[in-house]
Amino acid sequence: MTSNCRRPEHTAPPELFYNEVEAKKYSQNSRMIEIQTQMSERAVELLNLPEGQPCFLLDVGCGSGLSGDFLSEEGHYWVGIDISTAMLDVALDREVEGDLLVGDMGHGMPFRAGTFDGCISISALQWLCNADKRSHSPPKRLYTFFSTLYSSLSRGSRAIFQLYPENSEQLELITTQAMRAGFGGGMVVDYPNSSKAKKFFLCLFAGVTGSLPKGLGTETSDRAVSNQVQYSGQRCRFKGMKGKSAKKGRDWILEKKERRRRQGREVRADTKYTARQRKPHF
Amino acid sequence: MKLLTHNMLTSHVKGVTKGYPLLIKATEVKVNEVDFNPQFVSRMIPKLEWSALVQAADELGHRQDLPVELVPEYEKNEEFLKKVHRVLLEVEVIEGCLRCPESGREFPISRGIPNMLLNDDEV
Repeated sequence: MTSNCRRPEHTAPPELFYNEVEAKKYSQNSRMIEIQTQMSERAVELLNLPEGQPCFLLDVGCGSGLSGDFLSEEGHYWVGIDISTAMLDVALDREVEGDLLVGDMGHGMPFRAGTFDGCISISALQWLCNADKRSHSPPKRLYTFFSTLYSSLSRGSRAIFQLYPENSEQLELITTQAMRAGFGGGMVVDYPNSSKAKKFFLCLFAGVTGSLPKGLGTETSDRAVSNQVQYSGQRCRFKGMKGKSAKKGRDWILEKKERRRRQGREVRADTKYTARQRKPHF
Repeated sequence: MKLLTHNMLTSHVKGVTKGYPLLIKATEVKVNEVDFNPQFVSRMIPKLEWSALVQAADELGHRQDLPVELVPEYEKNEEFLKKVHRVLLEVEVIEGCLRCPESGREFPISRGIPNMLLNDDEV
């Protein structure tokens, strides 16, 4: 979660944000392709599909079909749904093996009950938390999505969502609606101690409740998910302060004195008393 | 759009209770070769709505003389599985539209991609 670059879902609705220019990146930018493929690999691992059995899967927010490519490699058949026609055009040009649909997650999944053996979704769910039109209500849209997804999955299957949550409130909104729709499960965080490698996966179970898989790189700490995102809102206060010292600290005062000296002002010499706290006087 | 996907698709327009099966009005149909996987086909058969599949294949003119009723012990009948495979995964609707049997709402198909987006008043 980088705080200095804007989140794409704050700039425009998905069908407009993923235009031809943005879509092109997904077929040409090797770093983007690598990250997408890695996340799909991990998502499929979390799906825990029966070995050696070709499955019928749903890819929500399939985009240019990078995650689908990995599913095809594993011998599975898939259907991808996305709202951006530009991204789907890229998928067509790349000749992906899955079937594609244009659709909005918030309108619900248009499938018969018990169709799919699993569902994956890479970096798509957070788009649902935004109200891009006056008629949009994020909790309602989330509930519509989760309840229709629940019915389209076969019993005992899983749905894995990789997402970039903005803060704990958003995460709570998503999980509450998922639980209301009947899903069990929770969040799995990979590498919780690394700001760059940290990845959030929402693992949902349809029907049976299983034990939640463990996140990668969590051996060193047993801190729960809630501790990880609790202060994300507060971190924003220090957004513009990269490389600067905390206000009123000794470093800050020394820097300020140095700056004033450079300006040619009269400044007291730095001593051991500089920036020392005074005794309380009553 | 493959007929496997069509067999699973329903109309999700507001107020529609069943919305299945969607009627296909195809103007362009293509047959794409796909590797035959008997395991997958026999796994999918119990999930299919058989009558809807036969009807859809008939409409597109690719019925492959599939029987109206599902044959027993299809797992071992490779010839049958191959026919089902062809209808399910190889026949693709490229241009046309899908029509909801209940509300009459039409979902256009272009370049093989059905557009299932709803208008604001249909959600």
